[in-house]
Amino acid sequence: MTTPQEKTTTTAADRKKKLYDVSFYHDWCKACGICMAFCPREIILADRAGKPEITDPDRCVGCRFCELHCPDFAITVSERTPRRRRNDV
Amino acid sequence: MVIPAQTLRHTFLRHNKKFPHVWCPGCGNGIIMAALLRAIYRLDVSKDDIVLASGIGCSGRMPTYLDFNTLHTTHGRALTFATGVKLARPSLNVVAIMGDGDATAIGGNHFIHAARRNLNLTAIIINNSIYGMTGGQYSPTTPFGARSTTSVYGHIEHDFSIAELAVTAGASFVARATVYHAELMDRLIEQAIRKRGFAVVEVISNCHVQYGRRNNLGGAVEMIRRFKEQAVHVDRAEKMSAEELRGKITIGVLTDRELPISTEEYKKVRERARAARGGKV
Repeated sequence: MTTPQEKTTTTAADRKKKLYDVSFYHDWCKACGICMAFCPREIILADRAGKPEITDPDRCVGCRFCELHCPDFAITVSERTPRRRRNDV
Repeated sequence: MVIPAQTLRHTFLRHNKKFPHVWCPGCGNGIIMAALLRAIYRLDVSKDDIVLASGIGCSGRMPTYLDFNTLHTTHGRALTFATGVKLARPSLNVVAIMGDGDATAIGGNHFIHAARRNLNLTAIIINNSIYGMTGGQYSPTTPFGARSTTSVYGHIEHDFSIAELAVTAGASFVARATVYHAELMDRLIEQAIRKRGFAVVEVISNCHVQYGRRNNLGGAVEMIRRFKEQAVHVDRAEKMSAEELRGKITIGVLTDRELPISTEEYKKVRERARAARGGKV
């Protein structure tokens, strides 16, 4: 028998880490820098034009702060789905 | 519930308008627009049943980008047009979007009396402490001592709180949020639209171009970070003294009360008058 309290103490290894993809719509982005400044993992970095890019998307925790605070509707965070062959077309 | 920005873009924006929108990089208006759209998405009502009215100013541009029934009206008169729509078609959800100068200076009387009348409307007031679009003149919410183009050596008048004015004027629902608290903001806007009665949501926003630059408050990021530090939730603010609350922004639901609604009372008056005339119209 496990009590509810024991159930909540799962280790990180027990849970499968969820992965996220962050897509930036650069045509609408004005490079205000809000997403870069407030990202808790500090993985959103500026490219040469000052617009955001992510080099290591596996570190994203999916908090969606950047998506919620983008004034220009230019960021979408989505859970990563397995790659399928039709994506390669 | 997670609502992706992509869904909002595809469902609610007018794609014949020029995007990206006209606001400066990092302007809080965009964050507020997204929060409003998430709230409307959660309400799950038809786009035809929503009316947005706005006045003049940066905030006035908001309905022009959105695919609802929209009114872009004269300065300070967003609430008067909204009142007219609500009286003519009480079944519609009417939301008035105003700036701080629009709502409390030019449309100050309309705002007080719409709250007193308690029509079933929602007012979203974007408070950025300045007239941004017209060139950075001081507004009724510019703090004492702040610099603007019309108070170059410091502002000599005192500001007042829009939310507290709405509470005193008799609004049914009054809430406050900042642009940093985007999730809280969309919950509050949803609650406000669902609320039967006059509902006010004051959103503290950043104008780093006209206000922040003149007062050494930094850019958009620094201003939004300051909102995070200044914000105190209502539940915590109750336990704090007035001295501790100086310079803080109280966020959350400030008032939520049931009051008679103007449109329903008007219906009752019509029935009473009809009965007094013996059923004849």
